[in-house]
Amino acid sequence: MTIYIDNKPYEVKPGSNLLEAVLQQGMNLPYFCWHPALGSVGACRQCAVKVFKDEDDKTGRLVMGCMEPVKDNLRLSVEDPGAKAFREQVIGWLMTNHPHDCAVCDEGGSCHLQDMTVMTGHTCRHYRFSKRTYENQDLGPFLNHEMNRCIQCYRCVRFYKDYAGGKDLNVFAAHNHVYFGRCENGTLESEFSGNLAEVCPTGVFTDKTLKSHYTRKWDMTWAPSVCQGCSLGCNTSAGERYGSLRQIANRYNGEVNGYFLCDRGRYGYEFVNSDQRILQPAIRPHSNGTVNKAHIVDQVAQRVKNGRTIGIGSPRASLESNFALKLLVGEDNFFLGVSGSDQDHASLALKILREGPARTPSLQEAGEADAVLILGEDLTNTAPMLALAVRQAVRRKPEADAMGQIHLSDWQDAAVREAVQDKHGPLFIFHTVPTKLDELAEDVRRGAPEHLARLGFAVAKALGADIDPVTHLSAEENALAEKIAASLMAAERPLIIGGYGSGCDHMMKAAANVAWALQQKGHNPMLSLTLPEVNSLGLEMLGGHRLDTAIDVLRQGEADTVIVLENDLYRRADAHLIDEIFLHAQDVILIDHLYNRTAEKATVLLPAGTFAEADGTVVNNEGRAQRFYQVFVPKGDVQESWRWCLQIAEKAQVRSLNGMHNLDDIDWAITTAMPSLAQLQHLAPHADFRINGQRIPREPHRYSGRTAMLANENVSELKPAEDVDTPLSFTMEGYRGEPPSPLIPFFWSPGWNSVQSVNKYQQEIGGHLHGGDPGIRLLEPHLNGGPKYFHEVPDTFVPVPGHVHIMPLYHIFGSEELSMYTHGIAKNAADYCCLYLNPDDIARWNITPGDWVTVEMDHHTCRLVATPNHWMPHGLAGVTAGMPHSPVVDLPVLAKMRVSD
Amino acid sequence: MERPLTQHITFPPLEIRQYEAIGGYQAVRKAVRHMQPKDVTALVKESNMKGRGGAGFSTGMKWSFVPMDVPGPKYLVANADEMEPGTFKDRWLLEGNPHQLLEGMIVAAYAIQATEAFVFLRWAYKDAAVAIRKAIAEAYDAGYLGKDILGTGYSLEMHLHTGVGRYMCGEETALLNSLEGKRATPRAKPPFPQVSGLFGKPTIVNNVETLSFIPHIINKGAEWFKSLSRTADGGTKIYGVSGRVRKPGAWELPMGVTMRELIEEYAGGMKEGYGFRGVLPGGASTDFLIDKHMDIQLDFAGVAAAGSRLGTGTMVVLDDQTCPVGFVHNLEHFFAQESCGFCTPCREGLPWTEKLLWAIEQGRGREEDLELLLRHTEWLGPGNTFCALAPGAMEPLQSALKYFRDDFERHIREHRCPYHDPEPAIPASVHLHHTHHL
Repeated sequence: MTIYIDNKPYEVKPGSNLLEAVLQQGMNLPYFCWHPALGSVGACRQCAVKVFKDEDDKTGRLVMGCMEPVKDNLRLSVEDPGAKAFREQVIGWLMTNHPHDCAVCDEGGSCHLQDMTVMTGHTCRHYRFSKRTYENQDLGPFLNHEMNRCIQCYRCVRFYKDYAGGKDLNVFAAHNHVYFGRCENGTLESEFSGNLAEVCPTGVFTDKTLKSHYTRKWDMTWAPSVCQGCSLGCNTSAGERYGSLRQIANRYNGEVNGYFLCDRGRYGYEFVNSDQRILQPAIRPHSNGTVNKAHIVDQVAQRVKNGRTIGIGSPRASLESNFALKLLVGEDNFFLGVSGSDQDHASLALKILREGPARTPSLQEAGEADAVLILGEDLTNTAPMLALAVRQAVRRKPEADAMGQIHLSDWQDAAVREAVQDKHGPLFIFHTVPTKLDELAEDVRRGAPEHLARLGFAVAKALGADIDPVTHLSAEENALAEKIAASLMAAERPLIIGGYGSGCDHMMKAAANVAWALQQKGHNPMLSLTLPEVNSLGLEMLGGHRLDTAIDVLRQGEADTVIVLENDLYRRADAHLIDEIFLHAQDVILIDHLYNRTAEKATVLLPAGTFAEADGTVVNNEGRAQRFYQVFVPKGDVQESWRWCLQIAEKAQVRSLNGMHNLDDIDWAITTAMPSLAQLQHLAPHADFRINGQRIPREPHRYSGRTAMLANENVSELKPAEDVDTPLSFTMEGYRGEPPSPLIPFFWSPGWNSVQSVNKYQQEIGGHLHGGDPGIRLLEPHLNGGPKYFHEVPDTFVPVPGHVHIMPLYHIFGSEELSMYTHGIAKNAADYCCLYLNPDDIARWNITPGDWVTVEMDHHTCRLVATPNHWMPHGLAGVTAGMPHSPVVDLPVLAKMRVSD
Repeated sequence: MERPLTQHITFPPLEIRQYEAIGGYQAVRKAVRHMQPKDVTALVKESNMKGRGGAGFSTGMKWSFVPMDVPGPKYLVANADEMEPGTFKDRWLLEGNPHQLLEGMIVAAYAIQATEAFVFLRWAYKDAAVAIRKAIAEAYDAGYLGKDILGTGYSLEMHLHTGVGRYMCGEETALLNSLEGKRATPRAKPPFPQVSGLFGKPTIVNNVETLSFIPHIINKGAEWFKSLSRTADGGTKIYGVSGRVRKPGAWELPMGVTMRELIEEYAGGMKEGYGFRGVLPGGASTDFLIDKHMDIQLDFAGVAAAGSRLGTGTMVVLDDQTCPVGFVHNLEHFFAQESCGFCTPCREGLPWTEKLLWAIEQGRGREEDLELLLRHTEWLGPGNTFCALAPGAMEPLQSALKYFRDDFERHIREHRCPYHDPEPAIPASVHLHHTHHL
C-alpha cells in the first residue's frame, strides 16, 4: 500500500495507522499516549498531522496520526506548518503544569518528554499562571512517584491495568487534576510494576533502586545482557558506573520479552553490588586473607593434575563456564549441580522438546496463542513474563471475534477493549493452589499434582493420544477433559504449558501428550515448558552426571577434590548430603561471586564475575541460546568462571583446553565438541568483528567525567581496559551507528534519548530488530515418526497415614537465590518457614495453626510453622521453595510429621 | 398552534391511567402490534426528525445504522443528563410527562429490537427521578415493559440510572462509559455506538425531547410532523430563553420561529433598563448571535448560516450591563471544570483560557492575551480535541472576541473591568510584557 508523506510516496503496511507508518519510514513524529504494545487511544493529541483529500487540496484536515488508518494513496503532511504549530502547542499545554525540574529529575537525559519537547521546537513558555501541584505516594521499594511531572498520557494505567492485569493503580479525579496512583500509600501489587518506569514518558514513575545510587543514562557503561532471574531469558541492558551496577533496563527483543520485564528481573540485580561478594581468591584455613592469584591458580592446577578432581556445574553459570569446567576435570568427572527433581525436570523437558513433534514457542509466539492449557504452573511466580504473555493470549480469540463483527484495527485499543469487554479466549489452569491467572480462566482445577496430571492425560486421551485410559475419573472430569480437548482443537494456535512448578514430572508428560496429540490431529500446537533457572536447559544440553552420584564418588574415595562452579550446593540437596561432600573431599574449590553457605565451607575461593562482569551464553526454556556481555571490568581478581578454568587448565596442561584464551575459543570448542550446540557459532559477532574498523562502544558519547572520575586515586588517565572477548569497547569511542542486534548495549538515536528510541532499531514498529532478534533457537520439533507418548498414566495421589507429602510452592520474590540480595525483593518475599496444610489436616494432626511442627525426612528433621491453606488437598503440604535458609530443599518429599515439643 | 410535546404536561404528571385516557401508549400498541421494526425506523426517517440533543442528526438515520442481524443484546438509552448551562427543556418533559418519554423509548427500542433501555438522568433532577421511577413501575404493571409486551413476544427491560453530576456524561460515548461503571471519558468514533455502544453492543442514545416526540410521529405520521414546522426541519421545538428578559421561560413552538418572535414576543423583550447585547442561541456551547441576527429562523440550518448552532434551542441572553468578559469567563470556568481530563488540549487549554479571561476581568490582562485566546479558539477546534466539549467551549469565546472585542481591549487598556471596577487593578507603570523562557 502506498501513501504520500509530504508528497513523497512510501510503501506502508496495510492495517497500520499513520503514526506507525511515519515512524516506520525512520521519520520523526512526536507522541506520548500511543505505545507499540498498548496501541492507540488518541489522548495526548501530540502526533497530529495534516491529511489532504487529493493533490489539489491545499487546506487539509488535522488528524491524530495514531487514530487514523492508512489508506491507499492517502496524502499526509508531517511538515505542514499548521500541524507543526499544533504539535508545538500540545507541548506548550503539557508544560503549563510540568515542574521543569529536569536538572533534579531521574528521568532527565532519558526522558521522552524532553525529547518530544525538543522535537516540536517548543522553547518559549507563554503560560504565566501558577501550576497545579499534587501530593506523591509511597509506592513501595521499586518505584518513586512524582505526580507533578505527570502529563496525563494514561499510559501507566493502560499498561498496569489493561495490559498487565494490575488492580491497585488507577486514575482519579478529572479535568486538570487527573491523578495516577493508588487509593492510598502502599507497595504496588503487580509483579510487572517496574515497567511503569519505562512506560511513563517522563519522571512520574522512576526506578527507586536506581535512585539509591543514581547515575544518568549517559553516564553509565552499558552492555547487552540477559536476565538471570528465571528460565525465560528476557533481554536486558545493564548499566554500571564506579564499579557498581546501577540499573537494569529492558532490552527489546521482538521474539522474547518485547518491551517489558518482571520486577524480579528488573530489580534483582543488587547482588552484584552486595557486600557479600567474594572479591579476592582465598585458601583456607591457612590463609584467610588475600592470596596471590598466580599462586592459587598453581595450587588448584596441582590438584587437577593429580586426576582425582571432580567438577560440579551450575544452571546459573554460562555454557562456557560449565563447558570449561567439564573439560578441565574431564567429561566423566563432571556433575550437574542441581537437585534431583530439577535434573529430572530438565532432562525430561529436553527429551520432550528434542524428540517430540511439538514446537517450543518464543514468548512472543506464546502471546499470540488463541487457546491455552496450563498444567501445574503458577506462571506469575515461576515464569512471570510467560504469565504476561498468557494475559495477552486470552484476548486473541475475543479480539478476532470482535474485529470480525465490527470494522476495527488491532491498534484501536480502547475500541477493541470496549468490544471485547471482559471476554476471554479459552484458558484452562490446573494447579494445586490459586494463581493470579485464574481470574482469566474458563476453568480452573485444583488438587494434588498427580491428580491434575491425570486430568491432563485425560485431555490427551480425549484428543486421541495413544496412551493408557485414565481410570477413576468422575463423569464431570471426563466431560471437562472433552471440553478442553474440543477448545484446543478449535484453536488455530493452541499453547500447552507445563514445567517444574508442581514438582511433578507427570505434569510435563501430560503437557507433552496433549501437545503431541494435537500435532497428530494436524494442528500446530506450541509446547512451553518452564524450568527453574536461567541456564537449566543449557546445562542439561551440555550433560553430566547427577549430583548425588558425585557424593558417591567422594564417599568411595575415587576423588578427593571438588571444583564447584557458581553454586550454593546447600540449595541443591538437603544439608546432610552436602555436608558429606565437605567431609569426604580434601578440598572444595568454589568459583563463585557470593559468600553463601558453600563459600563458608570451601577450602579455596576463586572470585567469579557475575553476569555483569562476565561474557557468556545461556539457553532459555525455549531452547534459545542468548549471549550476555560483560558490562564493566571488575576490581581485584574477579574474572569469568570460564577464565579461571582456562588459567587452571593451562597450568595443569589440560590438553582439551590447550591454547584457549578467550570466549570465542571456548565457543569454538563447544560447537566442535557438541553438534547440538553447533549453531552457537552464529549467535553473535566474534571478538574481531569491527564496523569501519571500530568496536561498538559500551558508553554513550555523552559519557562524562572519564578523565576526572578516578582522579582521587590517580591523576593520570589510565589506559582503558581492552576487551579480548567481544567486539565491544569499554570506552565511549567506537562506531556510533546501529550495531548488530546482539551487540546493542543501549538504545539511543539522535533526538531519541529514552527507551522509545527502540523504534529506530526495528524492522517494523513493534516488530523484529534490524537483522533479526538476538538469540538462536537450538531446538526444533522432531517431526519424523509418530510421537513417543508417555503411555503410563500416573497413579492418583494417596495420602500416606502419619506422613505429609511436601510439594514446592514458588514465589516470584523469594524462590530465586540471587534476587533476594535486593532489599526490596527480600522485603516483598514470602515467609520461608511456613508449612501450608489443609485446615482439616491441621485439625486431624491435633495442632493449632501457628504451631511449630517437626518434619522428619529420611536423614534429617526440621521445624516449620503449620499454616492453614484450604487449597491443599488432604495429605499434601506445601513450602515456599528456594527461600534462603529454607530447611527443606529437595522437593517434593515424603515426610513424617509431629507436633514439636 | 399544536403543542404535541407539552400539551399534557402537568405537575404532578399524569398517572398511567390518565395518560392512557388521553391516548397514551397507543403508539406502543400500534408499533409493536402492527408495524415491523424496520417500518418504525422508516417512518421516523421519513419524518426528518432531527435529534434535539444539539447535533441535529437525523434520528431515523441513526436508528438505521444499528445492525439488526447480530446476536446478543442491544440497548436504547435516553440521554436525560441535561447539564448544558441555560438549558432546562428536558427537565420540563421529564417532570411533567414521563410516560410520554417512556412510550417513545419503548417504540424506539422496538425499532432497533433493543433488549434493555436506560434513562440516564442528571443527578440533580430529583423530582424527575421520582416521576420516572413511578412511571417505569406503572408501565411494567400495565404490561408495556417486561417480558412479552402486549403479548407480542417482544420484551424490554427498563432502568433509571442517575448520574453523579458530570457535564461530560451528556456526550453519548462518555455517558455509555459512565453507565458501564467506567470513567466518564468519551470514546473515539468510529466505531459508533450504533455498532459498539453500551458494553460493546449496538446502542442508540437519543435525547429526551427526541424520544418524547416519537409516539406522536407514530400516531399521526410523518407528514403531520413536517407540517408542524415552518421550515424543512420538521416538528415543533422547545425553545427557552434565560437572562435579563421580562418573561424567561420555555415554549413549544413551530420549528423555525424567528429569534425576534422568541425574545420579543414570548420572552417579553429585555427587562426595563437593560439593553440587548447578544445571545447564545443553543446553550452555553454555541456562538453568540447579536442584534443583526434577530430575524433569522431558529432551525438547524438557519442558525448555522448565522454562524452559530441551534444546539438545544435554549438561549442565554447577554444584556448591556453584564460584562461580556466576565460572562465568558464564567462559561470557561464551567467547561474547564467539566473537562474529563482525557485529551491534552481540553484538559490544559481550557484552564488556560479561563485564567486568561480571569486575568483580563481582574484588570491584569495583557495585550498578547487576546492573541493567545484567539489562538486557543483555533487550537481547540473540532478534530483537534478528542470530543466536542472543548470546541463547544470555544464557540462563545470566539464569537465574544469577534463581537465584543472592544470590551476585552478596554479591560486590558484600563487595567480594570469597566462594568465593575472603578479603579485599575495595577498601576499602569508596571511593565508586563515579558515572557517566561524555559
